[in-house]
Amino acid sequence: MKEERITTKNALTHGNVYTKASALVMGLGCIMQKQVVKGVMILVLEAFYIVFMLRTGIGQLAALPGLGSAGQEKVWNEAKQVYEYTAGDNSLLILLYGIVTLFVTGGFILLWVIQLRQAYALQISLEEGIHVKTLSEDIESLLNSNLHLTLMSLPMLGILVFSIIPLAYMISMAFTSYSKEGDHLILFDWIGFKNFGRVLNLGGSIGRQFWSVLAWTIVWAIVATVLNYILGMMLAMLINRKETKAKAFWRFCFVLSVAVPQFVSLLIMRTMLQQQGAVNVILQNMGWIDSPLPFFQNAMWARITVIIVNLWVGIPYTILQITGILQNIPGELYEAAKMDGAGPATIFWKITLPYMLFVTAPYLITQFTGNINNFNVIYLLTKGDPTSVGDTAGKTDLLVTWLYKLTVDQQYFNIGAVIGILTFVVLAIVALVTYRNSASYKNEEAFM
Amino acid sequence: MEAKKRIVNIFVHILLAVLAFIWVTPILWIVLTSFRAEKGSYVSTFFPKSYTLGNYVRLFTNRNVLNFPRMFGNTLVIAIFTCLISTFFVLSVSYCLSRLRFKLRKAYMNMAMILGLFPGFMSMVAVYYILRALGLADGAMIRVALVLVYSATTGLQFTIAKGFFDTIPRSIDEAAIIDGATQWQLFTRITIPLSKPIIVYTILTSFTAPWIDFIFAKVICRANSDYYTVAIGLWNMLEKEYIHEWYTSFAAGAVCVSIPIAIIFIFLQRYYVEGMAGAVKG
Repeated sequence: MKEERITTKNALTHGNVYTKASALVMGLGCIMQKQVVKGVMILVLEAFYIVFMLRTGIGQLAALPGLGSAGQEKVWNEAKQVYEYTAGDNSLLILLYGIVTLFVTGGFILLWVIQLRQAYALQISLEEGIHVKTLSEDIESLLNSNLHLTLMSLPMLGILVFSIIPLAYMISMAFTSYSKEGDHLILFDWIGFKNFGRVLNLGGSIGRQFWSVLAWTIVWAIVATVLNYILGMMLAMLINRKETKAKAFWRFCFVLSVAVPQFVSLLIMRTMLQQQGAVNVILQNMGWIDSPLPFFQNAMWARITVIIVNLWVGIPYTILQITGILQNIPGELYEAAKMDGAGPATIFWKITLPYMLFVTAPYLITQFTGNINNFNVIYLLTKGDPTSVGDTAGKTDLLVTWLYKLTVDQQYFNIGAVIGILTFVVLAIVALVTYRNSASYKNEEAFM
Repeated sequence: MEAKKRIVNIFVHILLAVLAFIWVTPILWIVLTSFRAEKGSYVSTFFPKSYTLGNYVRLFTNRNVLNFPRMFGNTLVIAIFTCLISTFFVLSVSYCLSRLRFKLRKAYMNMAMILGLFPGFMSMVAVYYILRALGLADGAMIRVALVLVYSATTGLQFTIAKGFFDTIPRSIDEAAIIDGATQWQLFTRITIPLSKPIIVYTILTSFTAPWIDFIFAKVICRANSDYYTVAIGLWNMLEKEYIHEWYTSFAAGAVCVSIPIAIIFIFLQRYYVEGMAGAVKG
């Protein structure tokens, strides 16, 4: 009952003098209504915010729409008889500080709402004679009913500074001309949705590359996920057959590769598969091939190579994850199928696979999104190569590796940011479908 | 029928042997290469012509070109601090989401899901500029920067630990509340002691992160070779200018990094399974 009355609107209309006054002098409602220390702390925060805004904040917000215009200039210093450089505007910093100021202001508005409601709640408590928490009770509650505030503040701060603000910063870059092209690395401007137009336009060079990279990313994610899953499952079944000897030994052989850090095993693969690498040299010495195999030189070869190497990396994980589930398939299902005269292949396609798909659907879809973002395998093996002359994206580049190359190597930050946003869109669609599916799974009866 | 079964059986074992060979070869190759006496990455035989320990010796004594001991020290320090902070973050957040009911709980979980859909290093360049604005991008502060990068956002990785906490029966908590325990005491005296598997799991995964990441490390360290981590060092050994001299030492370094990680992994596997299975059985 009481909870529902405490809204910002009610506080401003039905509040007493102190409550209303705290809309201007924040914390006053607390100070005058028995929560002095809390109120003073709020007031101090307000003072900090005002000082911050007056000293730098307002200027930063004002610069945000224009992102700065003064370039670096040479000025003749008559007294020293030398040219001096005046520091020009740096759009990147203006954008960063502008976004931080926006976040600080958002936090301030949140504080304003909270303290206003708090003041109103105090007012009601005092009017109705309900006990008001003292300072020491408030502090105690931080270890009890408000423990989440104590435990989650620091992690939340970390997420805000190292995930949310950088993402907001990157997303805003997608709407600017921040790029090596046209020398916009120091001074750039807002250009609206132009970058999105360029990336999605099949006619342009960037657009053509985008669609081909997107197509390969999806093909890669599907092929890599499905092959890893099916082959991993078959291998796990071979190892777990009743008749197979030395099960633990076989499992050890396959799982050993999981224990080696991925970047190490991938770098080894890369050197082994070079033109003069071990594989080619040994095959040539044995006389099986005349010229080195173009593992990373030919587009088709490179694509098949990364898929196969990814099988090497991924199948052990599949074995680890699904061995237990495989053993849970009810034995009666198999026996009934055998009685009906089904062969091993029929049993696999008609019983094992449907059962496994049913149980591991969520796992499969996380694998799929993981493969869309599979930076390591592609970047460490091929760096996205082979690349056609004049392109920034290679034939094996995924959206993520292209994004990395566009920002870190090529400095096309705005296009990179657009690619990142579009990757998010692709993943969000997959995630939505997953969410719907898993919700429907919950309602469904168990398998069979 | 018997004969057919036997042929199938033999065929399966041969197939497994071939596949096992494919899976083990690259690992065997790197171990052999780390003891190879001939230099360079272009070799004509699988087994080295002569063996030496020199690659390991050089890795840990040659400090002029690629200072591996220093990189090893850097990574160790960064890993220890990362481990402390992330373990605290992960356990705190997971506990709150699992046990406490507060207003923004659902919102937090949705936020984590949405943030998880963005490519991890899309924000990397932005993170670098933020670190620079905070004055953490130069000199010795690079180590602090790396610790922050590896640990600051671990509050988003609560799924596994939360799943574990969810399995601890609530009746234990309720009994303790009747005895007058606060939520803080529930967390520190009851949940934590019951959660050894998941704590070990969290500690070990966060400890390995700095050893295997080279993307963030490369972007943040740039040319400051004094603060390189092991992963960048190994990556550099395969660059054109170093590969001939350093290839065998790369192999030695890879073995040195892999052994602890492999041990950690073998440990983990047990705790991972236990962590999945839950805390209090029955």
